[in-house]
Amino acid sequence: MTGAPLLAVNNIEVIYDHVILVLKGVSLQVPEEGIVALLGANGAGKTTTLKAVSNLLGAERGDVTKGTIEYRGERVEKLSPNELVTRGVVQVMEGRHCFGHLTVEENLMTGAYTRTDGRGAIRDDLDLVYRYFPRLQQRRTSQAGYVSGGEQQMTAIGRALMSKPKMILLDEPSMGLAPQLVEEIFEIVKRLNEEEKVSFLLAEQNTNIALKYARYGYILENGRVVMDGNAAELAANEDVKEFYLGLSGTKRKSYRDVKHYRRRKRWLS
Amino acid sequence: MADLFFFLEVLIGGLLSGVLYSLVALGFVLIYKASGVFNFAQGAMVLLAGLTFVRLTQILGSEHPWDGMFVLALAITFAVMIALAFAVERVVLRPLVNQAQIIMFMATIGLTFFLEGAAQGVWGSQVHRLNLGVSELPIIIGDVLLPPLDLVAAAAAAAMVAGLAVFFSRTRIGRALRAVADDHQAALSVGIPLQSIWVVVWSVAGIVALFAGLVWGAKLGVQFSLTLVALKALPVLILGGFTSIPGAIIGGLIIGASEKLAEVFIGPLVGGAIENWFPYMLALVFLLFRPQGLFGEKIIKRV
Ligand SMILES: Nc1ncnc2c1ncn2[C@@H]1O[C@H](COP(=O)(O)OP(=O)(O)O)[C@@H](O)[C@H]1O
Ligand SMILES: [Mg+2]
Repeated sequence: MTGAPLLAVNNIEVIYDHVILVLKGVSLQVPEEGIVALLGANGAGKTTTLKAVSNLLGAERGDVTKGTIEYRGERVEKLSPNELVTRGVVQVMEGRHCFGHLTVEENLMTGAYTRTDGRGAIRDDLDLVYRYFPRLQQRRTSQAGYVSGGEQQMTAIGRALMSKPKMILLDEPSMGLAPQLVEEIFEIVKRLNEEEKVSFLLAEQNTNIALKYARYGYILENGRVVMDGNAAELAANEDVKEFYLGLSGTKRKSYRDVKHYRRRKRWLS
Repeated sequence: MADLFFFLEVLIGGLLSGVLYSLVALGFVLIYKASGVFNFAQGAMVLLAGLTFVRLTQILGSEHPWDGMFVLALAITFAVMIALAFAVERVVLRPLVNQAQIIMFMATIGLTFFLEGAAQGVWGSQVHRLNLGVSELPIIIGDVLLPPLDLVAAAAAAAMVAGLAVFFSRTRIGRALRAVADDHQAALSVGIPLQSIWVVVWSVAGIVALFAGLVWGAKLGVQFSLTLVALKALPVLILGGFTSIPGAIIGGLIIGASEKLAEVFIGPLVGGAIENWFPYMLALVFLLFRPQGLFGEKIIKRV
């Protein structure tokens, strides 16, 4: 990764409720126009990392107690979610979180709350969202609570796009969706990245698909980054294959449990 | 035939007073939906608004309703209610954000005592007459007698309700408000600042309180018991559901009509004066059969 990163998370520690230490020194970087995957099992701390960046932690009694977060070279740990969205950082939460009683189009329009560039520009972006997600246009007057899971995920991503973001923090977009639909959504992520120049920090348990679309990845375990590298390298790594891609026959154990043993073994052999 | 007209008169009178219950209940529902807080202080806000207004008209020397000083007093009271919304957000809600609902509820009880004390401390606790300049001669339609103040108040309240409905469905802030009511976290995630939404809903509740303070003050005199009239909104909420705007409107009408009908037609059978407790009893019975209220919002679940 060359040049100054768009986002730099430097050795952050996150504590919930003043006592529960969840992130124990996480560092990562997202370059301009990058797609970076944050991988790890359930409970590893992916969501917490994203929320530390978007500052949604505050609403969950979580605190960044050490380390710094820099966006375009500026410290942002103290900014409110509103200020971050205004500057171009928006999170799509795990589990989609559409506004169930609002229509799909109203959901999209809430995404434009922070904008001040006028109705015309917002209208144009609504059309843009409908071009990426034609299905949403068909469903625009349906209550979001009643559309399918895939359509809700599209609504959530579309809603984030309406804020004209530079960077989307996308939390488990594949959760609960059929493989074909997951592929469809990741294709759109890729297009948004190439055509609209939106950078993505992508939390996923679905390592396979995430490494297919991301260019760089970090693997998180127990609140620590245990490995990072180019997506292709990670996908080819024996340990990742075994523990995250499910490609070997052995029973899945924690990567940490065995990594020293395995590393030494490989080094000795 | 005379009986029918009498019945109609009671029914319409009840519905008219019910419109005002609807409006006050709407104040509760808005705050509850947007911040999960049950605002016990709504009654105290009615008292504060009524007292502030009536004392200002006296101090400013308003001579008759709707003269310049009367309007100035109204504008100042309006500003006071908006300022209260900002103050509540800053002093009560913001420091207590993320606390349990019961703690927020306790905070509004504290706010109630503070407002009641402050209002009476500053403005005194005498009963004040309030004249809104509406004639007291009943309007007669067929054989039905209708009090003009009730008619005017109901028309104005209906206009306010309609205005709020348009505000919620058509404006950017209204949409944001419904978004916050649906999902706080998601609203935060798209950059909607909860604090400004809270100020908006408390301002609306303050304006509703001002309106109720004027109408009830004109009927009953501006006095401490105005805080209790606002509690009539409680059975309305139970009937209509805490989260439903249409529920608050219809619930208010039902409570208004049924309390008057009960008073007139059942009251004599049991020795009278049931108007004060009948709505609560109706609400309790209702609670047994439909705890989510008439229109309590369905929780949409989808997998
Ligand atoms: N609001 C919270 N309060 C306390 N602990 C939490 C909270 N949210 C998450 N945690 C804990 O933090 C750890 C990491 O959770 P999370 O960031 O959601 O992981 P992931 O997204 O990788 O599944 C888990 O052990 C979880 O129990
Ligand atoms: Mg998660």
